[in-house]
Amino acid sequence: MEPIILFAPLIGAILCGFGWRLIGEFAAQWVATFLLFLSCVLSWIVFFGFDGETQQIQILRFIESGSLSTDWSIRLDRLTAIMLVVVTTVSALVHLYSFGYMDHDENFREGESYKPRFFAYLSFFTFAMLMLVTSDNLVQMFFGWEGVGVASYLLIGFYFRKPSANVAAIKAFIVNRVGDFGFALGIFALFFLTDSIDLDIIFQAAPELAQTQITFLWTDWNAANLAAFLLFIGAMGKSAQLFLHTWLPDAMEGPTPVSALIHAATMVTAGVFLVCRMSPLMEFAPGAQTAVVVIGATTAFFAATVGLVQNDIKRVIAYSTCSQLGYMFVAAGVGVYSAAMFHLFTHAFFKAMLFLGAGSVIHAMHHEQDMRNYGGLRHKIPRTFWAMMIGTLAITGVGIPLTHIGFAGFLSKDAIVESAWGAMSGPGTYAFWLLVIAAVFTSFYSWRLIFLTFYGEPRGDRHAHEHAHESPMTMLVPLGVLALGSVFAGMIWFNQFFGDHDTVNKFYGVPSHHAEETHAQRALPGAAFAANEDDGHGEAKADDHGEGHAAEAGWTPGGGAVYTHPDNHVMDEAHHAPKWVKVAPFIAMLIGFGVAYLFYIRRPDLPGKLAENQRPLYLFLLNKWYFDEIFDAAFVRPAKWLGGALWRRGDLGTIDGGINGLAMGIVPFFTRLAGRAQSGYIFTYAFAMVIGIVILVTWMTLSGGAE
Amino acid sequence: MSADLTILLPEIVLAVYAMAALLFGVYTTKDKTAPMLTWGTAGIFAVLAFWIGFNGEGTNAALGGMFVDDGFSRFAKVVILISAAAVLVMSESYMAKRNLLRFEYPLLIALAATGMMVMVSAGDLIVLYMGLELQSLSLYVVASLRRDSVKSTEAGLKYFVLGALSSGLLLYGCSLTYGYAGTTMFEGVIAAANAEHISLGLLFGLVFIVAGLAFKVSAAPFHMWTPDVYEGSPTPVTAFFATAPKMAAMGLFARVVHDAFGNVTADWGQIVAFLSVASMFLGAVAAIGQRDIKRLMAYSSIAHMGFALMGLASGTAFGVQAMLVYMAIYVTMNVGTFAFILSMERDGQVVTDIGALNLYSKHEPLKALAVLILMFSLAGVPPLVGFFGKFYVLQAAVQADMAWLAVAGVIASVIGAFYYLRIVYYMYFGEETEALDPAMAPAQWVFLMASAAIMVFGVINLFGIEGPAVAAAAALVN
Amino acid sequence: MTIADFTFYVFAIVVVAAGLFTVISRNPVHSVLWLILAFLSSAGLFVLLGAEFVAMLLIIVYVGAVAVLFLFVVMMLDVDFAELKAEMAKYVPLAILIGIVLLMQLGLVFGTWAFSDQAEGLRAAVPPEDTHNTAALGRLLYDDYILLFQLAGLILLVAMIGAIVLTLRHRTDIKRQDILAQIYRDPAKAMEVKDIKPGQGL
Repeated sequence: MEPIILFAPLIGAILCGFGWRLIGEFAAQWVATFLLFLSCVLSWIVFFGFDGETQQIQILRFIESGSLSTDWSIRLDRLTAIMLVVVTTVSALVHLYSFGYMDHDENFREGESYKPRFFAYLSFFTFAMLMLVTSDNLVQMFFGWEGVGVASYLLIGFYFRKPSANVAAIKAFIVNRVGDFGFALGIFALFFLTDSIDLDIIFQAAPELAQTQITFLWTDWNAANLAAFLLFIGAMGKSAQLFLHTWLPDAMEGPTPVSALIHAATMVTAGVFLVCRMSPLMEFAPGAQTAVVVIGATTAFFAATVGLVQNDIKRVIAYSTCSQLGYMFVAAGVGVYSAAMFHLFTHAFFKAMLFLGAGSVIHAMHHEQDMRNYGGLRHKIPRTFWAMMIGTLAITGVGIPLTHIGFAGFLSKDAIVESAWGAMSGPGTYAFWLLVIAAVFTSFYSWRLIFLTFYGEPRGDRHAHEHAHESPMTMLVPLGVLALGSVFAGMIWFNQFFGDHDTVNKFYGVPSHHAEETHAQRALPGAAFAANEDDGHGEAKADDHGEGHAAEAGWTPGGGAVYTHPDNHVMDEAHHAPKWVKVAPFIAMLIGFGVAYLFYIRRPDLPGKLAENQRPLYLFLLNKWYFDEIFDAAFVRPAKWLGGALWRRGDLGTIDGGINGLAMGIVPFFTRLAGRAQSGYIFTYAFAMVIGIVILVTWMTLSGGAE
Repeated sequence: MSADLTILLPEIVLAVYAMAALLFGVYTTKDKTAPMLTWGTAGIFAVLAFWIGFNGEGTNAALGGMFVDDGFSRFAKVVILISAAAVLVMSESYMAKRNLLRFEYPLLIALAATGMMVMVSAGDLIVLYMGLELQSLSLYVVASLRRDSVKSTEAGLKYFVLGALSSGLLLYGCSLTYGYAGTTMFEGVIAAANAEHISLGLLFGLVFIVAGLAFKVSAAPFHMWTPDVYEGSPTPVTAFFATAPKMAAMGLFARVVHDAFGNVTADWGQIVAFLSVASMFLGAVAAIGQRDIKRLMAYSSIAHMGFALMGLASGTAFGVQAMLVYMAIYVTMNVGTFAFILSMERDGQVVTDIGALNLYSKHEPLKALAVLILMFSLAGVPPLVGFFGKFYVLQAAVQADMAWLAVAGVIASVIGAFYYLRIVYYMYFGEETEALDPAMAPAQWVFLMASAAIMVFGVINLFGIEGPAVAAAAALVN
Repeated sequence: MTIADFTFYVFAIVVVAAGLFTVISRNPVHSVLWLILAFLSSAGLFVLLGAEFVAMLLIIVYVGAVAVLFLFVVMMLDVDFAELKAEMAKYVPLAILIGIVLLMQLGLVFGTWAFSDQAEGLRAAVPPEDTHNTAALGRLLYDDYILLFQLAGLILLVAMIGAIVLTLRHRTDIKRQDILAQIYRDPAKAMEVKDIKPGQGL
């Protein structure tokens, strides 16, 4: 079943991308969409039928080279099951949605065929993403990682006639290269240290890595910290965390379904997934965890501030995505991976819906994206309005405080905020306060979006408003499905993700143990690793350990989908957080809502005045903290200059010049010489032979091994 | 004695066939039997190749070690016989058309093949010389087969005179070896020439023998005859020169240096490496100035011999294996290429100028594609089989700590790629000129396409020649 | 010095001197004559070694046949050797240099002449004590060396074929005498008698 889930999108992509000339455009799109729905249904079956036990399904022998030997196999555990559901569901709905959204696209000429290509890209992306989440080793994951990168590049630049789209696609690709470089270095480091790229073996080795020092960039590092941090750099690139976030807003140049699928629900969460997947390693790398928390929290805050002042509807949501990813990283960084996955799961629903809703608005408004030109649309497109409303309620975290009843975002975001507080550490506290402030901003810009778009007076082009129309059913059905998820996903699965320990552990297939083992941090971690290594089969051995020595199972990584260190009590602390902590996000939401209501419903003149009064701050935010400008000056320009210099001096001057000189000067010289030697006279030839024999004889006399 | 005869049977069969066919030809209708004899000889070659290839087993020495039948000789013989058969078959129509198909031609080829088979099985310096002369003399004759053409007779004469000189060098080396080792048997020579203890005289003998053999494989600086003879000889004869005798001479080369001088690999390794580098660079550089495709192929074969010698220079079993694989690939490529060259004519006249190939792809896309594949393969462009041949010998050189030789080989290969690619350039992007005749004899077409197909599909497992090559190398080097 | 030693030195010196004059004499006919002298002297050396058969072979085959053939060829082909020599003279200094280098090295080789340890034991075909060397040679040739003998025969066959292939021509544009046709020519068919009356044409 799992291979079908994995390969159905690939087959769809191939059939649709290459076969549409045979079966026709329309049929090709339906084939791709049908195959995705198939894999979506199977994914849900897997998700519900899954018992938490990690399985490995081998597909084929992948690499056999020296000591590197690995299978291409599916690793099915709870993390994979969650991601399968998220990816295939959103992807299937986006496929469906695209029928309506991509129907008549003015970026393409009349009669030009672009739809099969779009669907093929989408399906290919899904395949690559599934490869990423099902991978059983790092290289396979890297393959999926780069695959989604390629798909993202192709889809951002889908409107290839728009120069801005091409620039954005290239930017996304290059910024991701920086992250991928870190990821690749991380893989190299782990292979160097453990002589394997298999996740199980790496997990087994994690305790030992924590004791190992490694020299990198002329400095000694803790091996676990270094490897985890390098992997996190990869995650930063893919998940658009601070410093590597600049590509995500620009990526909104792509068609809106792409933004929903790739740049909100799935690909950008790959970084969070990576950190959770590597949880056994992260648990032994406190330095890297601190970095994750700090970067995550700062990103959440930074993106939220920028989101306050953006006017493009898609950019607001993009910054919101960036910010929410920061929340997830904070949860992963403090060691509550289940909370990170919880937010990832719920966020996929409501953020995909917000994007699809925004797409619906844009569709209705004839591809107008500036919110200042919207207004009063709730009567024109009521269904879209309600969908967006549900999404906003979910993202801002509306629910009944101190209970477990509320929209999806309420439960998952609160879980993260409480976890940050529960970390009881410097970075945790830092993260807690930033996240609460970010929650205020989140609420503000989300409501601002709703108020500007759907309330007030119609602004901008009168013609566009008059012709605004509700979207077709293919676009509304996905919105409806996602709305269900946005409302109920949090309440249904709260206990599994963030309930008491036993439920969560059972959900993730972690061998039951935990609190009582706190004091049991005794035997040398290295000894257990060595024993496993002797056996050669990390997984099996780990299970043996778990059963044989229940006391040791707790700290032997690799038992379940996620691993928490025995000293890690963050989730317990979070559960027992004071009431004010639990209520804080709700209060923040109310403040944000109140301010937004004041600014955009009661006193629409206030925002302008505020921007006038606080002009430097406003410009600072409007220009996204000047990150693009700084990067441009610090990296892009020097790199361009260096490239230009190398091209002119190095390539044209030295290399081309040298090769040309060699090819057009020296070689022909010898050619002429050889031609002249070939005189046609026998005695010349005989003479050459004699000279040859003299040379050889002389050589032998001088250097031969004779006595 | 009868056991000896059993071992010698393939050679005896071939020699008896040649003499019987001679009588038959003389007493019947003379040249009218030529086509039949050509096909018959090719058939005999093929039958013998199968016989030797599938029937031979182990190492058998006849006549007290003078004649050795082992895995190595069988590998070489199969390549020699099959390539000779291929060349005969594809040259039949060409020679008939130009009134060159005389009944002695297939017989001389058969006798030359006998000589080559003796060469690669030689276990004694005199046998070596006899085989070599039998082969050479037949080749001198066929080189000047077109006796009313000045170029052809000149080619034959040059080949003869220089060949005599090289025979002199070889014989001188043999006498030195005999003088210092006291025996002509390889088994005795190898006992006399061991690494701690080799006399300068024996080394000189080695050098002269190597020089004589280098002439036969046309390695620089003993290559000078090659372009002139290749150009002057009738094209089928050139095709023959470029294939079977090269394999035979290479086989003999390997046999002498390993069987007779296998204990002093370091000494002859230097000489062979020198010959290798000189040949690769000369072949690559000098070919650039050529416009005549036959001359070009002559330089190409010089360069290729350089690569094959690189395998030999490493002095290891793997080196011999690499050399054998390389030679098998080289022979296959040359059969295909010459099948095409044989078909090059315009208005019934033979054309050998490469300018005639301008925009050939427009008129004959399939054939042009086949030639393109062959040219790429000759140049060693991956993933074609020619690349793997080169890769093999480079690997052998690197393994024998001769990285400098491998680097030189790569550089020479890059320079040499120019003239192969130029042919491709002419075929696909040249200027419009008068087209070549589209007609092509079926046999030539088959060999051209088969050779090109082998270059493409052989990458899967090189058609399994690695196994026999390993066995052959193991039989020779121990 | 025994008489045998003395004879050896005489023949040896004559061989070398004759060889030298073969190369340097200006008149090609003289060269061939010097060559014959060299052959004769080497035959003498063979006699000294006790190889009468080879000695006689040398005189009969080389002096009697080959050298005389050479003489004919040299006389028939009017080659201007002087001109060739002038062409070659350009290269003489270089050739001498190379010759000296080669000579020095060969001197080095022969200066350190030493039989290898196994040389004595490795000798093939040691002449039997009580047999006449012609008989020993024959036994060897037709027994141990039968392969070489046959191969040599094949080489000669190739040489013969080659000579014929390259020189024999069947010209069709000339008249040949056909004796059988002449013999079987029948007067009845060959001529016809016509009775011609005076005053009339045919």
